[in-house]
Parts: sequence; structure tokens; C-alpha cells
Amino acid sequence: MYPLSRARNAAALLALPVLLTACSAAGTEQAADAGPPKPGGTLRLGISSAPDCIDPQQTATNASINVARQLVDSLTDQDPKTGEIKPWLAEKWEINADSTAFTFHLRPGATFSDGSPVDAAAVKTSFDGIKALGTKAQLGYGYLAAYKTSTVVDPRTVRIEFSSPSAQFLQASSTMSLGVLAPAAFKKTPEQRCQGTGLIGSGPFVFESLKQNQEIVLAKRKGYAWGSSLFKHQGEAYLDKIDYKIVPEPGVRTGSLASGQLDAATDIQPVDEPQFKGNGFSENIRPNPGVVFNLHANTTRGVLTDEKVRQAVLKGVDRTEVVNTVLTASYQPATSILGSATPLYDDLSQQLAYDQKGAAALLDGDGWAPGPDGIRVKNGQKLSASVVFSPVFNQNRSVLELVQQQLRKIGFDLRIEQHTTAETTQIQLSGNYDFLWYNVTRADPDILRGQFSTKAGNRSKLTPGNPLDVALDTQSSTVDNAKRKPSADEVQKLIVDHAYAVPVFELTQVVALSSQAHAVDFEASSRLQLFDAWLS
Amino acid sequence: MRRYLLRRVGQAVFVLWAAFTLSFLILYLLPGDAVSAKLASGEAGSSATPEQLAAARAEYGLDSALPVQYLKRLVSALHGDFGRSVATGDDATHMVVTALPPTLAVTGLALLFAVVFGGGSAFLGTFTRFRWLRQALLSLPSLAISLPPFWVGLLLIQFFSFRLRLLPALGTQGFETSILPAITLALPTGAIIGQVLAKSLATQQAEPYAEIAAAKGASRWRVHFGHLLRNAAVPTLTVAGVVAGNLVAGSVITETAFSRDGVGRITAAAVTAQDVPVVQAVIVLAALVFVVLNLIVDLLYPLLDPRIARTPEVARG
Repeated sequence: MYPLSRARNAAALLALPVLLTACSAAGTEQAADAGPPKPGGTLRLGISSAPDCIDPQQTATNASINVARQLVDSLTDQDPKTGEIKPWLAEKWEINADSTAFTFHLRPGATFSDGSPVDAAAVKTSFDGIKALGTKAQLGYGYLAAYKTSTVVDPRTVRIEFSSPSAQFLQASSTMSLGVLAPAAFKKTPEQRCQGTGLIGSGPFVFESLKQNQEIVLAKRKGYAWGSSLFKHQGEAYLDKIDYKIVPEPGVRTGSLASGQLDAATDIQPVDEPQFKGNGFSENIRPNPGVVFNLHANTTRGVLTDEKVRQAVLKGVDRTEVVNTVLTASYQPATSILGSATPLYDDLSQQLAYDQKGAAALLDGDGWAPGPDGIRVKNGQKLSASVVFSPVFNQNRSVLELVQQQLRKIGFDLRIEQHTTAETTQIQLSGNYDFLWYNVTRADPDILRGQFSTKAGNRSKLTPGNPLDVALDTQSSTVDNAKRKPSADEVQKLIVDHAYAVPVFELTQVVALSSQAHAVDFEASSRLQLFDAWLS
Repeated sequence: MRRYLLRRVGQAVFVLWAAFTLSFLILYLLPGDAVSAKLASGEAGSSATPEQLAAARAEYGLDSALPVQYLKRLVSALHGDFGRSVATGDDATHMVVTALPPTLAVTGLALLFAVVFGGGSAFLGTFTRFRWLRQALLSLPSLAISLPPFWVGLLLIQFFSFRLRLLPALGTQGFETSILPAITLALPTGAIIGQVLAKSLATQQAEPYAEIAAAKGASRWRVHFGHLLRNAAVPTLTVAGVVAGNLVAGSVITETAFSRDGVGRITAAAVTAQDVPVVQAVIVLAALVFVVLNLIVDLLYPLLDPRIARTPEVARG
């Protein structure tokens, strides 16, 4: 398993200084002369956490998705640059006027890895299967909330119907959560599929083995010829195998990459980034689409019921300083509640510019006077609120501590409360919070409906029928971007104007590659797409 | 001897039951549960409504009353069935049983290293006539115990794997992957063993029988190895039994640093996710390992000192 034999170990020890220089010199040369892509090899990819489940239909963590994405094909694909929906398993599709019926025309010739055809009946079985999973299908469940039925029109045509307008479904059909599994897969239990048993897809890679907390190995699907129209090449994938090695400790992950025990590593921490700049290594960086990391206000609690206070907080956060001091240049300050990689994102950087004086003026005008400790007071009430967070992103605490210092300058006391993820959900469901700190990844503006609509999460605790509800419903009722854009813009403006949430920064995926690894790319949702990846 | 044995086995069963019950109560008292943890684990956050959460809880049997859940789990646990992990969907017993061999490999090796390092330094430290060597050897335990294991682990990886490229930094396959984690774990354990043994040896050295043995013409080596060590072994063995249990607890740290699979890793994940079936399987199993080790230690006492079996009422640790 480990490449060096004992005899070579001794030799390596003696010749160490020479060897190290030789290695680094060779690395630089190869990076400059990568040549055309070639097939073959095993990509050893370091990932930070163990996927809990590798069934694309059931999983929701980044670690799992980065594995599961390679196993299934989707009906459509989404262009990471433009956000446009493009053909994959479906050559073309029609959508009725109120976005309640989607008819997909499947391409011929695609098969699952057990040899069965990817036909309309298989698509129907797969979608019914996701619906039957209920909340176990963590992401798909939301996408198919209004799913009514699938109808096999003919072997190559399937119609998917919803009980209410579901414009978001077209984008959802491009995600791996709605990736198509073979009918045979549903003969296994959801738990078995999670562990890889019966996980039969039509994707460019097939599941080979899973060692709990250690590694997951995928192998190339022989004869694969139905890649997405967005892939850079057609036919089979280049890599023979992908070996995902689970390496939780960030320092060990980067060290293993630097010492050649890995070819690529995900979740490179901001502190480790400089290690991979200009020394034979390369980085691939993409901001996540969806809801940016934000302080989501409960508008029914304490000082946050006062809109002027919320607006002052929005102005009092210096997003550029957050990125420059706690994160790196790979990260971007938030310029809307949506990340800049989200389709129909609206640039609101003017409204989100740092304005300490403006914030102070708002609070002065609202009757909040500085108290003896610098924290403002009004009618005996302190200008103070807490933020609930869990450490899902490593830098969360550092970011919040900096925001805390920034808000202190305008006389606002932000109290930081760390909880486990389980506790955070509990708190969020009970509504027992001032601010929630979180982000959500999805390459569609409809993601805002889940958190802001009074018919869904309603994390701001707004009253039903408010203008934001109306705008959220309008944007979800049509797939026509020309019609959808104005309401999506309005949604983002309303959230920022009323400071229902205070956007801070965009989560970013940072992958570091050795000089041998190439084209480890991201799809539209910033998850790994390894079809075009190759090794030199 | 028979009564002694029965009493020890009875204590072991009680410890197992107590471990099961306490872990159940503690996990129940925490806010949240495995279902909400799972739904929150995704990038999507939880968009499930309270009704959907309730349905999911019912499916995992988390909705029934506390005593009902407790009894159900206890009865199944007696049959070796701890239920399914809510996080991974895998059988909890299967998860723990497959994670056990790599953990035992490392802890076993660590115990061996600890005995060799700790025992060796204590024996040589009390045996040598060189003052400086004695002081150096006897201060090793204090040094070893003050080093944080996580830091030691990373340092070993940095040096032996990344710099010298002698040993792999990652994985669980092959003997060479257990060397560095075993050293990491062995340091604090060896320190404790070394300190207790050195102290006991020093006490025994001052006993009159040591002088008598020497006066009768036994060599220094014979006195130290044959007489002193045998008597100093009893307290050391007691401590070794306890610290062997700590090795399993320490595996959380080494398994994370060295990217290994094992009981420590699945425990850390299961506790974060409040995955009760897995946590209970781990706790009961760890308790089992602990009581078995201590049972072995208890059964070894009479071999070292026959008086112990004859006077079972004597209070010991």
C-alpha cells in the first residue's frame, strides 16, 4: 500500500536532502508541461470528513455529495458559468405554462451499471423512490415537496407532475439529489444503499468499496458514452479509479499532499493555502451558490424587533475586513443574501458597504444612547443580541469574534453561542434565538423560499402575506428567467432593505492539486465533478 | 478463590449495566436527538417541518416514552442488538465490531511500548549506580505525561512521514500504519506505568528483606529482578489495568490525527450526532474491555501474592 519498500526507506533517509530538492524540481517542470489529458491512474483525493451515506438520493453533506455525484447521471445538467440548464440524460424537455408538468425526452442508449436501460419507467421508479424516502431524502424531499406523479408516456418520454407551481424543479433535476438510480437499486433498503450495496446508477464511475472512516473507492464505468453536454470530453472518464481518503486533520491533509501521499485535497484551510501557491501545486477555487453565511434575525425577539437596529447591524459589519483578516483572498465578501455564483443573483454591494457612521447615525436617531461600557442603551434595555452557531465551517468562531468586535464599535453587543448541530436545529425549530448563523448551498434562487417564506422555514418569524412572501411565490411559479428575474431581485432587495438577515461572506471550496493532478472541477453547485479529471 | 471469582464477575456485570444505563440517560438529557442532528448535518440545513420530524422520529423509535425506550433497548442489547445507526443506517453492533480490530491493534502495541518504555526506564533508573542516568531516566515520565498526545501525534507525522517518508501518515492497513499512533498513545501510558513502578521499586529497595537477600550473597541484579520487581509488580499491575482502559479513550485523538478507522472515530462521530445506538454499543463494548482487563489483573494477583486470594475483604483499588 505504501510506496516505499524498507530498503528504499533507508536509502531515502541517507539521501534525504538531495531527494527533497530533486522532487520539488521535478514537480515544477511537470506543472509547466502537463500535455493533453490522458486516461489511466488512480486519483488519491483527501477529503475532510467521512461521508455518512453515499446514496445520492439520501445524502446532504458536502463530503457525501462529492462522492455520490460521480455515481449517477441527472436528467439535466447546469452550466456553472451561466446557470443555464443543459441536456444530460434528457435530450430536451417541455414545461407547461404554470410550471406544474415537466416532460423529459430521454436520450437513447444509456444503461445502468447492471445493464438495464435508462428509460422512462426507470426514471419513474427512481422519482417515486425518492418521494417514498420522505425526510431520509434530505435534499430531494424539499425539491419534490409538491410532487404528484410521474407518467411513462412512452419508453423514452416521462412526464413529472406537481400539485403546485415548482419552477425550481428544472434546476433540481440537474442535481445529484435527483440523480437516477436503477430499478434494481430499490430492491435494497435505504440503509443498504447508504453503504453502497445496490447503489446502481448510470454514472461515469461505479461504487467499488467503502472502508468506514478510511476510504471509498470508485472505478471507471466501462463503455460510458452518455456524458452531460457540459463535459469537456465524451466517452469514458479518464481516471481508472478514484480513491477518496478520509483525512480529518487539516494539517495532515495538506502535509500528505505536500509529501506526495495524496494527489489532491479538498477543504484546504485558509492558514494552509499559502503552502500551495507557486511551488508546483495548484488550487481550484469556487464560491458556493445559495444563501451566503449570514446572521439571520428573529424579528420577534428583543432589540431585533426594531428594524433600525437590524439595519445598523447590516451597516456595522465590515465584510472586507472579515475576508482579509480571518479568511483569504479565495473568499468573497457577501454582496447579497445570495452568493455571486447563484443564477439570478443581484449585486447589492452598495447597500452592504461598511458604513460605521451611518450605523451610528441610525442608532442615534432611534434613541439608542451610548452607555458607560460603550454598549448603547434605550429605556433601560441594552443593545444586545446573541447569535447561535455550530462549527460546521472551521472558521465560524473566528469570523463571529471579528464581527463581534466590529459591532462593538457601533455600540452593539453581539453574544456568541456555540452549539452542536443537533442543538442548533432544535433551537432553530423552537424559534428560541436572536440571530442564527448558517449558509445553504444551492444553485437556484428558490433556496431563499425555504428559509424566508412563512409557509416554509420562516426563520425571521414574519407574518404571512407580507411582500416578501408574495415575491418568493412569484419567482417560484415560472422557469422563464426573463419573468423570474424581477421577482428574484425583489426578494433579495426586500431581505437586505429590512435586514431580515445580515449577509457576511460567501463560503468557498478550495481544492489543492499536486503537479500530477488536473481538471478536478466543480459543477454548478460547487461540488466536485471528476469526469474530466486526469493524472499525468 | 471461588467466592473471589464470583464477586469479581458480579462487579463486572454491574459495571456493564451501569454503563448502558448512564449513557442512555445522559444522551436523553441532551437537547435535540439523532434525527434533528441528521437533518441539520446537510448543507441544506433543516427545511423539514415539525410534523415531518415527528414522523422521522417515530420511524427510529424515538417517540415512545423514556422507560419504554430504555427497556426495549436494554432487552435488545442483551441479545447483542443495539439497533441501527441513525446517521449511517448501518447496524450499530456491526459498526463497532468492525472498528474494534484496528483500535485493539494500536492499543495492544501501545501497551507493549508503554510497558517496555515505562518499565524499562523505571527498572534501569532504580538499578543504575550513575546518579545522572538515574535522574534522567526517572524524570522521563513527568516529561512524557506533560506532552499533549495530539501534538505529539502531529509532530511524529510531520517528522517520520512528511520529512523522512519512512512511515505512512494515513490509514489502517498494515503493521506500519500502527507504529506512530502506538508511540503517541504509549507515551502518557508508559509514563504512568514507569512512575508507579519506579516508586514501588524504590520503596521495596528500602525494605529489610532486600538487604538480607544481598547479605545472603544474591547479586544486585538477582535482588532487583528476582525480589524487588516481583513485589513492586502488584501496584503497577493495578495501574496498568486502569490505564489500558484509558488507551481506548485516547484512541479518539490518535485515530483522528492519523486518519484511522476505529472505535475512537466512530464514538466521536456518534456523540456529535447523538446517535444513541452507536454510542451505547461503544460504551458497553469499552466497558466490557475494561472489566475483562481488570478481571485478568485481579486474577493475576493471587499468582503474584497468594495472600490476596485468601483475604478477599481487603480493600483494593
